Amino acid sequence: MADLRINLAGISSPNPFWLASAPPTNTGYQVQRAFEAGWGGAVWKTLGDPIINTSSRFAAVHFNGQRVAGFNNIELITDRPLEINLKEIYETKKRFPDHAVVVSLMVEPKQEKWHEIVKKVEAVGVDGLELNFGCPHGMAERGMGSASGQQPDLVEMQTMWVKEVAQTPVIVKLTPNITDITATAKAAVRGGADAISLINTINSLAGVDLDTWNTIPHVGGKGAHGGYCGPAVKPIALNMVAECARNPLVGVPISGIGGVSNWRDAVEFLLMGSTGVQVCTAAMHHGFSIVEDMIDGLNNYLDDKGLQSVNELIGKSVSRYSDWGDLDLNYAVVARIEQDNCIVCNKCHIACEDTSHQCIERHTDENGAAYLKVREEDCVGCNLCSIVCPVEGAISMVEIPASEMPLSWNMRQAAIGALSTPGTDKGSKDSDSKEAV
Amino acid sequence: MSNRVSASAAFIPIDSLRRNFAEVKAGMRPKEAIEESNRCLYCYDAPCIKACPTGINIPSFIKKIASGNMKGSARAIMDANPVGATCARVCPTEELCEGACVLNHSSKPIMIGDLQRYATDWAMKNEQTLFTAGQSNGKSVAVIGGGPAGLSAARELARFGFAVTIFEAKEQAGGLDTYGIVSFRLPQSISLWEVDQVKKLGVDIRTSTKVGEDVGTEELLEEYDAVVLAIGMSKVPMLGIEGEQLEGVFDAIDFIEATKTEINADFVGKRVAVIGAGNTAIDAATCSIRLGAVNVKMVYRRSREEMTAYDFEYEFAKQDGVEFQWLTAPSRIIGDEAGNVKALECIRMRLETAEDGGRKSPVPVEGSAFLLEVDAVIKAIGQTRHLPLIEQLGLVNKRGTVTVDPETYQTSNPKVYAAGDVVFGEGQGEAMVVSAAQQGKLAAYSIYKTLSARRERYG
Repeated sequence: MADLRINLAGISSPNPFWLASAPPTNTGYQVQRAFEAGWGGAVWKTLGDPIINTSSRFAAVHFNGQRVAGFNNIELITDRPLEINLKEIYETKKRFPDHAVVVSLMVEPKQEKWHEIVKKVEAVGVDGLELNFGCPHGMAERGMGSASGQQPDLVEMQTMWVKEVAQTPVIVKLTPNITDITATAKAAVRGGADAISLINTINSLAGVDLDTWNTIPHVGGKGAHGGYCGPAVKPIALNMVAECARNPLVGVPISGIGGVSNWRDAVEFLLMGSTGVQVCTAAMHHGFSIVEDMIDGLNNYLDDKGLQSVNELIGKSVSRYSDWGDLDLNYAVVARIEQDNCIVCNKCHIACEDTSHQCIERHTDENGAAYLKVREEDCVGCNLCSIVCPVEGAISMVEIPASEMPLSWNMRQAAIGALSTPGTDKGSKDSDSKEAV
Repeated sequence: MSNRVSASAAFIPIDSLRRNFAEVKAGMRPKEAIEESNRCLYCYDAPCIKACPTGINIPSFIKKIASGNMKGSARAIMDANPVGATCARVCPTEELCEGACVLNHSSKPIMIGDLQRYATDWAMKNEQTLFTAGQSNGKSVAVIGGGPAGLSAARELARFGFAVTIFEAKEQAGGLDTYGIVSFRLPQSISLWEVDQVKKLGVDIRTSTKVGEDVGTEELLEEYDAVVLAIGMSKVPMLGIEGEQLEGVFDAIDFIEATKTEINADFVGKRVAVIGAGNTAIDAATCSIRLGAVNVKMVYRRSREEMTAYDFEYEFAKQDGVEFQWLTAPSRIIGDEAGNVKALECIRMRLETAEDGGRKSPVPVEGSAFLLEVDAVIKAIGQTRHLPLIEQLGLVNKRGTVTVDPETYQTSNPKVYAAGDVVFGEGQGEAMVVSAAQQGKLAAYSIYKTLSARRERYG
């Protein structure tokens, strides 16, 4: 049994699985049930001036008969009075002193508003604060949530106001509805954030009803954009986490969020620089008990890898994440088909033939049996065939020994640049010779 | 099944007998269909398509179920197979499409038959009309026989713009599908829906009209530009043993046909011997059980290995409680004073390997005669041919199997095409509904090709 305890910027929890600030953490009853089920921490549903929610709030994207590939919501922050939330937070923390109780906050971008709520919340005894600069709907129209989260200066300033009074670690939750996530991450760090959490939900419209032509969901025939999350957003979240993790100007612990559905997803987030993960959609889909396999699976994985602590995973893949310009252009893989495992569905053939490089041939052997063969000299190693192949072990992408030294685009451009500028001003004026190279 | 009827059960309400003939297999539920249709890999150049005699684009109709395009799915099926709803229920899918599914090697095959039923059931339930007749081309075709081959030919011809008339001897069209397949496998309504689809294309179906009796063959050959002969097969042949005329001796075809329209209590408490071991014999046996027979034995002169019934039919019969008397041949049917069947005398057989290494032949075991006490005997030892009509048309045939050009389905009279069971046998064709449907289609294409080419040639 490996040690699953984590410490995120001073907030410790018995395992890296926290519930994200969302409907599952709306009440003390729910959070306490979650802790009983095994969740290591919870970020309480965002406190602020209580709002009024709509009826009809969630929608999901189902894929090929599977429910909830993606999830969309138009619910806002808590609709319960602050005093009741504070009372329940106090009771929950008292009952579960070792679990991480973090409270999400969102108020108008005014210094006194932030000071007021931080003081009230910290007074009941919490392990940390999470500033909700991410919620993309409803609150944004009031200048809060992602409206302030999309402006680095507002992120920095509000973080600073919180830090002026906060006694506990401050996590800034970032919105993905922005071109470069590191811009706001850096702003949060400049404002004094102890950690960042990402991603919040992505602007979305879950669907349109083919019969009524209403939006999905709709409120009395009208819809508004919501926030998208769930398994479908994981790759987007993972990229944003990795971009922050590898940026030296960010440099604070990360709480990873976005489509984490099982221990495997969690390991990926940890490897890409998260200290822990936050989960919502998977719990909303299946209930709190799913954390059991998250813990069990992670434990077994760590044991299999011979690791003593989950912390040994954190950031281990970050250095492998780079820019396209650094990729070795001389590295090559080709597809190879293991005939014993191939079921001859021809999906690789048609995928390659119609949409890639036309190098998987269909043949018939001497017994009249059909088989497929890759014409390796024409294979560019795109992976498409192995992606569409429905059986395990039928197509593998095999590295072929490079005939040349590693060469990235950046190295190549640098080399070309060095050739065409022989060190004098004269050379750079000779534009013809430059183009010839 | 065996506990459904006990020897002491002298009375079984007719309603409960009727319930025994309700379709045994439930249709897929929507969630099952969605899950199963999504499991289909959508293979390229899929082997299931090649394994289907009518070449239904199976991955396509399955993906349409997954996408919620039910009408398109039903149309894809019925386009390739005008009796696709029937075939969804009666095709030996393990030997055809599902047997060819690539998932046999890594998981389990897609339930293609059930999905096909799901899509066609939807079309039936929603009263869809899937096809329209082509613009009239001024030509006419007579189709003799409204079974799967005839319907299939008629449907395709109507889509090409031919004026088509089907001459059907029975009260309803559909042939074997309407009358010859037990209701608990194929309710009559399914076949009649398919008939209706053909009618909607303007095909004139003249039922209760026997060609050669009610309509002359000469008349057809003169009045129509082409004739499709799709008359299937006829009655079960005589056993050639004593006692065949007794009360209580049935022809399996007639026997099954009777259950398609009306269920009576005549078999309640009876002991029944079914002679033969093909699919029709199984049908007769399971029908007998469902009619309340107290004991049903199948009597077959060869062994389990040689029986021609599909494996799933055999399993089904066993589950129904049917008993099997292998290597047993009937030698005499014995009646009582009133002329009713009282017993079946049988002799034991043994199989002797043929000298040429061919099919083993059964040889009587001397002195092995024994009696089976039975109240009814059902003969299911194959079917005879409609030889008189074939001869009236003057067509070259081998013992009633009409000889056709395998490409064009043309008979020895170039104006007459033939498809379905009438061309099956003597090493020609296959005796499946789905094959009959395909042959009907091909005969129609051949007629279209010939007649439209002729029109071009002569303006």
